[in-house]
Amino acid sequence: MDFSFTEEQNKFRQEVEDFLKEEIKKGYWEPTCDAWVQGFDPGFTKRVAQRGWIGLTWPKSYGGQGRSHIDRLILTEEMLRYGAPAACHWFGDRQVGGAILSFGSEELKKEFLPRIVKGEAYFGLGMSEPGTGSDLASLQTRAVEDGDYYVINGQKTWTSCASFSEYFDIYARTDPEAPRHRGISEFIVDAKSPGVSRIPMIDITGTEAWNDVFFDNVRVHKRYLVGEKNRGFYQVLHQLDYERSGMERLMGNYPLFEGIIQFAKENKLSRNPVIRNKLAQLQIEFEVGHLLIYRVALVMEDGRAPNWESAMSKAYCTEFEKRLACVAMEILGPYGQLKLGSKFVPLRGMALHSYLGSKGYSLQAGTTEILKNILASRRLGLPSS
Amino acid sequence: MKLTLTEEQEMLRKTARDFLADKCSKKFVKQMEESEAGYSRDLWREIAELGWMGLAFPGKYGGGDMSFLDLAVLLEEMGRACLPGPFFSTVVLGGLSILDIGNEEQKQEYLPKLIRGEKIFTLALTEPGYHNYDTSSITVEANRHDDDYIISGTKLFVPDVHIADYLLCVARTNSKSGIGIFLADAKNPRIKYTVLKTTAGDKLCEVVFDQVLVPAASILGRLNQGRSAVQRIMQRAAVGKCCEMVGNIQRVLEMTVDYAKERKQFDRPIGSFQVIQHYCADMATDTDSARLSTYQAAWMLSEGLPCTKEVAVAKAWVGQASQRVFALAHQIHGAIGVTVEHDLHYYTRRAKAAELAFGDADFYREVVAREMGL
Repeated sequence: MDFSFTEEQNKFRQEVEDFLKEEIKKGYWEPTCDAWVQGFDPGFTKRVAQRGWIGLTWPKSYGGQGRSHIDRLILTEEMLRYGAPAACHWFGDRQVGGAILSFGSEELKKEFLPRIVKGEAYFGLGMSEPGTGSDLASLQTRAVEDGDYYVINGQKTWTSCASFSEYFDIYARTDPEAPRHRGISEFIVDAKSPGVSRIPMIDITGTEAWNDVFFDNVRVHKRYLVGEKNRGFYQVLHQLDYERSGMERLMGNYPLFEGIIQFAKENKLSRNPVIRNKLAQLQIEFEVGHLLIYRVALVMEDGRAPNWESAMSKAYCTEFEKRLACVAMEILGPYGQLKLGSKFVPLRGMALHSYLGSKGYSLQAGTTEILKNILASRRLGLPSS
Repeated sequence: MKLTLTEEQEMLRKTARDFLADKCSKKFVKQMEESEAGYSRDLWREIAELGWMGLAFPGKYGGGDMSFLDLAVLLEEMGRACLPGPFFSTVVLGGLSILDIGNEEQKQEYLPKLIRGEKIFTLALTEPGYHNYDTSSITVEANRHDDDYIISGTKLFVPDVHIADYLLCVARTNSKSGIGIFLADAKNPRIKYTVLKTTAGDKLCEVVFDQVLVPAASILGRLNQGRSAVQRIMQRAAVGKCCEMVGNIQRVLEMTVDYAKERKQFDRPIGSFQVIQHYCADMATDTDSARLSTYQAAWMLSEGLPCTKEVAVAKAWVGQASQRVFALAHQIHGAIGVTVEHDLHYYTRRAKAAELAFGDADFYREVVAREMGL
């Protein structure tokens, strides 16, 4: 066992930190909660790409750096610590690129990976549908073969980053006669294709958090089928393991965590034993979550897809994020209800934003209930219900 | 970064697990809890021969030259087996403290005997009252008398005094802030003890020092420098207890999942019900996170790195996680789990004792608060 980082890893962390601090100093952006999924800043993405920090773990032959998953975790951890606006490239970097690498044709790899790496191809996801949430295999969007094309019809929902996505990675039914897990395929759809339309959905915080995405006779060339036809369900399970694997599940609201601790110190609230106790408990839970996520990175480093390990870390960490927001609201008392822009608003309204927004954390990318099902079956071998 | 055990550690784990499965049945644990001595001399000799006492001590004292991290693996297995007896007192509280702060002469004198399993050690730290781990509240005094010291006062919750050969006693050496650690002959007739009736049957004692004369040469380390020594002793002890608890809850998780697979109601295994599955998933998360935080602290101690925060995180978290695991384990086992016919109670009682020892979650939350600069 070794819980330390190598000298190179520490140097890399410092390099990332210096870069981010410089960005803040230059006034390019300010640290925000949820910036990994709501901070759209093409300039930032471009500057990150110039450093070679997108697709960090991918092979050099596709423009990646061939670096370790620990390095990528260090990079994303620092971005989250500073609340950096990384939403443009986050999905491509975190999971779609990996899916193309694992399942895509050579042609697809060559077309997309170098562009994701350069910060020139932004991705959104098309998994859920109005009638399809946790039971993903029930999806109804259809893709019908027509010569060299598939014709796609249907509706996807809860698509993050959709309004600026240039491509969608979607799942559609290609064989309605087959058992439902065995008739789904994965496609990459150009968002500019005729028949693609989007309607924003406003979340409880007042933010445009998602879009409904509609596909009306959208023609997609067969070369944009990812992996094998009708194997999409198995591919999406793999992709979801990566979607759940990262530090954003623990540190998406880090600016609030740091902010509320500072606030308690400055206002001498931290002398109050009740508040000390609450903040210390949060810190303990944070450190524990951190270890669970580093374990996931080490599983990936061993060349395995993180499976129940990322289900565990994601389920645990989103509960931490919810408690963080609750504790912050309790400490701020009546000031907690003030919205950004109001007179007297503390911490730029971050506590309220997190309190409301965090209700969704244990729903997205697999509800906590689904994740616990995964733990029960895949980790513990309990019989199916 | 690497979060898995080495091949050697896996081997140590397997050897320990097999040995304890053979020698430490629950029937044996029950006998030891009910017996006066609380341990078996034969088994004690055997584990000395296996090299367990000496595992984490340098070869020059007869030890195995392995690390605290290796010892952590062994302690986890002891927790898994509910091993009764004075191993923790002798090795973690006694031996490692002597190795840490004793002078060379003291190490030469005591460690080989300890490692050979000839002598039993323990530590008298806590006292009556409710500020158990705060050195500034220590009232037992050691007063200079010519070349000797005279120790007076009462210690409480001291393990294994009834069988100990040597007692490390933490005492106040002057009225202000000096704390010293003295190594006393536990058989001194002026040391009186009462074995308390504890839930784990683990022979915690009240110890009264009635003007006990000890030579100045029996001071471990430097006089009045005991405070930082006590902190390190506390850290090793807290992490050691975490290891035992991780062993406890790992075994309880396995027992509970097995039971959920076997026990049928409504014509199906209860483990097929989602609510039971989610309870088990929560237990697994608590168990894994307890292990990770424990081994992080053990690794840091092993490497000699400053780890006040990590130790505090581990002991606070493992204590809380263990409470949750036992609540769910009992719920899933149903009524059989609250009888003495089932093995679960051994774990429940011992884990509670370990949780209370060397600082609970409240205590360590305050440590974390200080480390955060609150």
